[in-house]
Amino acid sequence: MASDLTENTTSTAPRVNNPIGDRLFRGALIAAASLILIILISMVAVMFYSSRLSIREFGFSFIIGQVWDPIKGEFGALPFIFGTLVSSLIAIVIAAPISVGVAIFLVEQAPKSIARPMAFLVELLAAIPSVVYGLWAIFVLAPFLRVYVQPPLQDVLGFLPFFKGSTTGIGMMTGGIILAIMITPIITAVVRDVLEAVPVTQREASLALGATKWETTRIVLANASSGIAGAIVLGLGRAVGETMAVTMIIGNRPEISASLFAPGYTIASVIANEFTEATGDLYLSALIEMGLILFLVTFIVNGLAKLLIFSVTRNTVQRS
Amino acid sequence: MFPFYRLFRFEKHFAVILIGIVLFSTSCFSGRRGKGDPVKIQGAGSTFINPLMQKWVSEYGKLYPNIRIDYQSIGSGGAIKQIKERTIQFGATDIAMKDEDLASAPSAILHIPVVLGAVVLTYNLEGVEKPLRFSPDIIADIFLGKINRWDDPRIRAENPDANLPADGITVVHRSDGSGTSAVFTNYLSKISPEWKERVGEGTSPSFPVGLGGKGNEGVTGQVKQTPNTIGYVELAYAVKNKMPVAELKNKAGNYVVPNFETVTNAAAETINETPDDLRVSITDAAGGNVYPISSYVYVLIYKDQTDEVVGRVLVDFLTWGINEGERFAEGLYYSPLPEAMVKRASAKIALVEHNQKSLRGTAGPDPMN
Amino acid sequence: MDQRRITNLIMTTLTAACAFGVVALLILILSYISYQGISSLSLSFLVETPKPVGEGGGIGNAIVGSLILLGLASAVGIPLGIAIGTYLSEMGSGWYGTIVRFVADTMIGIPSIIFGVFVYVIVVLQQGYFSTLAGSLSLALIMIPIVTRTTEEMIRLVPKSMREGALALGAPEWRVTMNIVIPAAMTGIATGAMLSVARVLGETAPLLFTAFGSRFYNIYLDEPMASMTVQIYNYAISPFEDWHDKAWAATLVLITLILTINIFVRYITRKKY
Repeated sequence: MASDLTENTTSTAPRVNNPIGDRLFRGALIAAASLILIILISMVAVMFYSSRLSIREFGFSFIIGQVWDPIKGEFGALPFIFGTLVSSLIAIVIAAPISVGVAIFLVEQAPKSIARPMAFLVELLAAIPSVVYGLWAIFVLAPFLRVYVQPPLQDVLGFLPFFKGSTTGIGMMTGGIILAIMITPIITAVVRDVLEAVPVTQREASLALGATKWETTRIVLANASSGIAGAIVLGLGRAVGETMAVTMIIGNRPEISASLFAPGYTIASVIANEFTEATGDLYLSALIEMGLILFLVTFIVNGLAKLLIFSVTRNTVQRS
Repeated sequence: MFPFYRLFRFEKHFAVILIGIVLFSTSCFSGRRGKGDPVKIQGAGSTFINPLMQKWVSEYGKLYPNIRIDYQSIGSGGAIKQIKERTIQFGATDIAMKDEDLASAPSAILHIPVVLGAVVLTYNLEGVEKPLRFSPDIIADIFLGKINRWDDPRIRAENPDANLPADGITVVHRSDGSGTSAVFTNYLSKISPEWKERVGEGTSPSFPVGLGGKGNEGVTGQVKQTPNTIGYVELAYAVKNKMPVAELKNKAGNYVVPNFETVTNAAAETINETPDDLRVSITDAAGGNVYPISSYVYVLIYKDQTDEVVGRVLVDFLTWGINEGERFAEGLYYSPLPEAMVKRASAKIALVEHNQKSLRGTAGPDPMN
Repeated sequence: MDQRRITNLIMTTLTAACAFGVVALLILILSYISYQGISSLSLSFLVETPKPVGEGGGIGNAIVGSLILLGLASAVGIPLGIAIGTYLSEMGSGWYGTIVRFVADTMIGIPSIIFGVFVYVIVVLQQGYFSTLAGSLSLALIMIPIVTRTTEEMIRLVPKSMREGALALGAPEWRVTMNIVIPAAMTGIATGAMLSVARVLGETAPLLFTAFGSRFYNIYLDEPMASMTVQIYNYAISPFEDWHDKAWAATLVLITLILTINIFVRYITRKKY
């Protein structure tokens, strides 16, 4: 060890300073990263193996099939893919701007005395178990929407296909909203940290040039955009995989409908609903194939989100 | 020489915590039961029977504190899966195992009926005071979507005094796989050939219309919160939530209210048609004062017990259950087994054996001795 | 000039509205939970084991069980998550890093029940019994991607100057990462850890297939273990109001527990300068 120190003390390559330590460290990190790969690959492998019956039986038509009938042995995933995508889309469209707004307020605008307790309260939203969100949705949110929100929407915008149909309060709209509420604290918490990490100097420089608070905030946002993107991806992932709260309020009807008031069904919900009771090899393997499809959907959604964010932030200055 | 003196307190704390956890963990393996330890038995299955089963294991545990029986709701299908894997020692299911399932089990499984349940129709209609009456074909057509308004002439004909609104019917069914759905669709398949052909019976039917609620409590919640809905739930859920229960016309033509008497009668009247393995559907039973959507709840155990102590406890517990345990049923809104079935179930329990020796009668005041 | 001031005012109002709106929502939901559950809270509730309907009882064993499950899961999941996040930010710009990042992002979106089934297949079925270890493993799998993602983002935000300063002083790269960069990002990493803790403390489905559930106090790792979420689930799906009230009370306890852990961790990792 001593020889290492004397050998290269004047070298500009710090790496050589403690090669064994560095190599062990990097090795450990690579091992950890590989572990996650191994876990996912084995999960996918196990799932592929368990769903081989269904894959062989239905092939590609599984993805475009619209009928889900366990008794007759017909399985199709399209309504669930639709439900997952639409409910998550509603959730992220509502939650992303609001979460970022909250984070901006907490970091940039509010005085510390308000910001700290408020930040704490917002994080508390993440502490509520999803089962409780589901119960609150059935007993409070759905009746509220059914009485105060959906009828007026139908009166004003009823000519659009999105607002047709009977207003029971149970359906895609409520599902999307409860998801939005659930992912808001996640996005807010991460964006808050991201914004706080932007050095004060950036803000000071902007203000010194005569910018308003909001213009300064815009610069901070541009700085932090990749972190914000990461936060949104985190929230999106949660929305796509959320089970309990959604299945209690979305109506669980495997149908594709343009109306926001109509019931829907997500992939996560159908797996959670039917997995424990499913007996019969084809049925079980169809459900596991649904899990694989969820992987695929998450993959694609994440990829699209990243592409979108990349195109938006391409021309802004990024923190490394 | 490794510069120990430069260990940051960050790493030191981390190392200490890690070592602590490792030491703690290694001391925490019980070695899976030594001599003199309590007997631990796991059962799982039907969520419907959970309140009663919790009462049973608690009362039995008061009798024999050295025996710890755990029961966890994971669903009837879960019971069937887990008992085949032998991760649980007994299961509880609202629906009997199918032949294919029995055949694929490692060894013979017995069905022991322990209590009865009833699937009732509950609804949310403002201004309707007395319970509504339905004949079977109306129920089927409502759930098929053929009758979709509350003031339909057929419903009005059976309920001339009721203040039925001129609104659409919103059907609420189960979204999760469930024994309740299986019993309900079994009934519908018997009384409606169209239902049998279009939908069939099973734990996860593809309902032609309606919203899906998760669990009995989900359907109850949705019906309670949403006007003009109708749904099917187990009796206890409707009663405890103070929701109306419909009277159904049974096979004999009488309108019956679901209660302990009418449900136990459904079992009593069908005793003679019950096959030897006790797997039977008692929906749409013949008989004057019989509720048409009744069903048994079964406990599943292996006929040949690999562990003698566990086997003896199971035999004693189940015997206690169908005899002394039945008195707790009504308080929790389950219907007790009729006497005739208690006899047949006892005979089945007597078949449980270990090394070809029957375990019946080997249990005394303390099954452990 | 006025135009910019007006925009500033509008945006300030908007963000304030968002923040207050969200807090109002939280208070709404919390009051609902408290209203439902406060009457069942008592000391005996926190200490006793579950009893049949109408006989009282409590969630004492479930609290202990949840803590044990959480402790084990965190011991495995959080360090691994930090390690992978560190890998991604330090060495993750190549093709391998991109794959790992994608994998982590995908894993966040997987419903927890799938992790439960996976652990059931590779642990429970192999061992032939339900165990606390299996339960913790499934929870750890859920925690890892969340911690990974937030760690990566937070480490990225540590200013280059800090790193370069340490390197200039002659510290080896790994020391820079371990002792300078990670502690600097600690509040952010703690956020990720807390988010994952809140997530797994609220999970039911994976535990049903792995740790199972129990009505007894238990600390052995190779036996089933009670947990608060499973107990809440058992209470909530019954038709009995007595049990429903207990489910709400248990929820209050759960939220308080998460809150306490949150405060504790934030205190430990607070920025001291």
